[in-house]
Amino acid sequence: MVKRRLIPAINDALFEEMERDDKVVLLGEDVEISMFGDTKGLRERFGPDRVRNTPISEAILTGMAVGAASRGYRVILHMMFGNFMYTGFDAIANQLAKLRLMTGGQMAFPVTIMAGFGGGRSIAAQHSDAPYPLFMNLGGLQVVVPSSPADAKGLLKTSIRGNNPTIFLEPGGRGGAMGEIPDGDHLVPMGQARTFREGTDLTIVAIGAMVKPALKAAKQLAKQGVEAEVIDPLTLVPLDEAGVIRSVRKTGRLIVVDEARDMCSAASHIAAVVADQAFDALQAPVKRVTVPNVALPYAPNLEQSVFPDADDIVAAAHAICPTEFAKKDQSL
Amino acid sequence: MSLVNEQAVPDPTTLMQMYERMLLIRKSEEKLGELFAAGELPGGVHLYIGQEASGVGVCTHLNDSDAITSTHRGHGHYLAKGGELRAMIAEIYGKADGVCGGMGGSMHVADVSKGILGANGIVGGGFGIAAGAAWAARLDNEGAVAVCFIGDGAANQGTFMEALNIATLWKLPLVIVCENNGWSEYSATETVTAGELGDRARAFKIPVYDVDGNDVVAVWRAAGTAISRARSGDGPSFIETRTYRLRGHTEAEVHFLSEDYRTEAEIAKWSKRDPLDFARQQLRDAGVTDDTIAAAEDRVAEQVTRDAEAAATGDAADPGDVARHMFHQENC
Repeated sequence: MVKRRLIPAINDALFEEMERDDKVVLLGEDVEISMFGDTKGLRERFGPDRVRNTPISEAILTGMAVGAASRGYRVILHMMFGNFMYTGFDAIANQLAKLRLMTGGQMAFPVTIMAGFGGGRSIAAQHSDAPYPLFMNLGGLQVVVPSSPADAKGLLKTSIRGNNPTIFLEPGGRGGAMGEIPDGDHLVPMGQARTFREGTDLTIVAIGAMVKPALKAAKQLAKQGVEAEVIDPLTLVPLDEAGVIRSVRKTGRLIVVDEARDMCSAASHIAAVVADQAFDALQAPVKRVTVPNVALPYAPNLEQSVFPDADDIVAAAHAICPTEFAKKDQSL
Repeated sequence: MSLVNEQAVPDPTTLMQMYERMLLIRKSEEKLGELFAAGELPGGVHLYIGQEASGVGVCTHLNDSDAITSTHRGHGHYLAKGGELRAMIAEIYGKADGVCGGMGGSMHVADVSKGILGANGIVGGGFGIAAGAAWAARLDNEGAVAVCFIGDGAANQGTFMEALNIATLWKLPLVIVCENNGWSEYSATETVTAGELGDRARAFKIPVYDVDGNDVVAVWRAAGTAISRARSGDGPSFIETRTYRLRGHTEAEVHFLSEDYRTEAEIAKWSKRDPLDFARQQLRDAGVTDDTIAAAEDRVAEQVTRDAEAAATGDAADPGDVARHMFHQENC
């Protein structure tokens, strides 16, 4: 076990996979100096052919990832901020997500497109989006949103080594969190949710940076007699539907916490899956704690007013567990 | 700047092969036009008739390790690069034994084993893929090149500039071939395009060739120079082939357009400059007899009939393949 913060854990994963396979190449804007630190040192170690600074030309870069992958390379494209993926969206949506099917399986795209994402840091709406719902809807992409250093490392290695295109989003607000990472070739599988806290009264599914406020809320709720189970899906495509359903069948209640805007979010999809497969187990409506359908404002107080936090999650829990609280409070 | 050797002449065998390939494109597309009109084909077809010299003059210099990307008008490039006719027609029928298993259709014919990275339904969609393939070729360092076929319409996409910039900067073995047929779908090119297309490429100080796209020898000369330059590691070139599509943007347009957008005089003028007539004359000038030419024409006619019939009788595409092809089944 070593202790690592999120960004160094990601950096370790990149080093290990580039060391392991010389077909792994990395490109992106300022990957040499590395704004976030996640690609630091790679150019010095692997040279200018395999680690390449690019022009600020997202639209051609996503296309180039498709082209190079179709010729046998494992491409990691760093797009800095999630919002910049929109500038490169055409080749992601029209080529990367589709060409394997459209060519009848002739092509494989071992492409990992990575970026930091998320709000809560007063960098305004063009640097703060949680863009994963868009990618979830494209069909041909794996969508990975880890929260802990260990999962970030293991899932990035799995993404790079796999044969399918993957959107890998680093939760911006978690860069400083320390975590333990297993030794050796640490791989985390796609489509397997992680339970961060076990509980019997309520399931909280939290995505990416939302795991932290979810755990905080769970602590508060425990003081009030409600034991919340906190689950991080880790990968939104493929989604561990069975893992979420299993928890909801145990607790009978579900809150999904997602920093994407509410409409057509990961939260709304997970709510739909549960309504479809475990309606009979639900003792209360599913609650979504999300960002309303607005652009994230700049001023810290404005941003906080629309951004999910532990208090919002506790409030949502109160709305769906009133009897439980009353019962447990009386028993105290 | 590389100059084209105006005296370079293909030997009679190469000239004959080019003529036969152009004829194969012409006859198979006439067949597709008939099949579409008869309601036999499920989707639409965008025919390449009139532009055959452009694709054939370029692809004659390429082998299976070289990559091409094509456009929505892609049958000609596919056949010029050595794609199998029966598999292409089967694809357009939507058959299981189509070259893409019926998943792509006319606008997406691809045969990766022959370096045909696909026709593309997104105008300009090939820029990134071809640049990425060229980057891969540069990393492989085995002398392969990538050719990006575009129409004049695609030159108005921003990715044209992005591709020129990065290909020049990284000295990528990329040749962009712009088949200027005077029409961006239903808009005359001069109404949507400022300046000369070649000037856009000249800004990057790369070789620019402006050739008669209906003269297969002229295209063959310019492409030979540009492709050898790319193979020897000296970077990209831009070729503009001036040509004309003798058919509509799509064969379906007769059903939805309420008025003509081209004059009969314009079509008649270009019909007199038919690339096949040019090539036939060049064959005669090279001493090839009319009997030899007629024998080639018979061979092509026979192949088109045989392959179209064989394509029509294949099994319907398999719905079970849709989910199977979406993701690579061997993942990490």
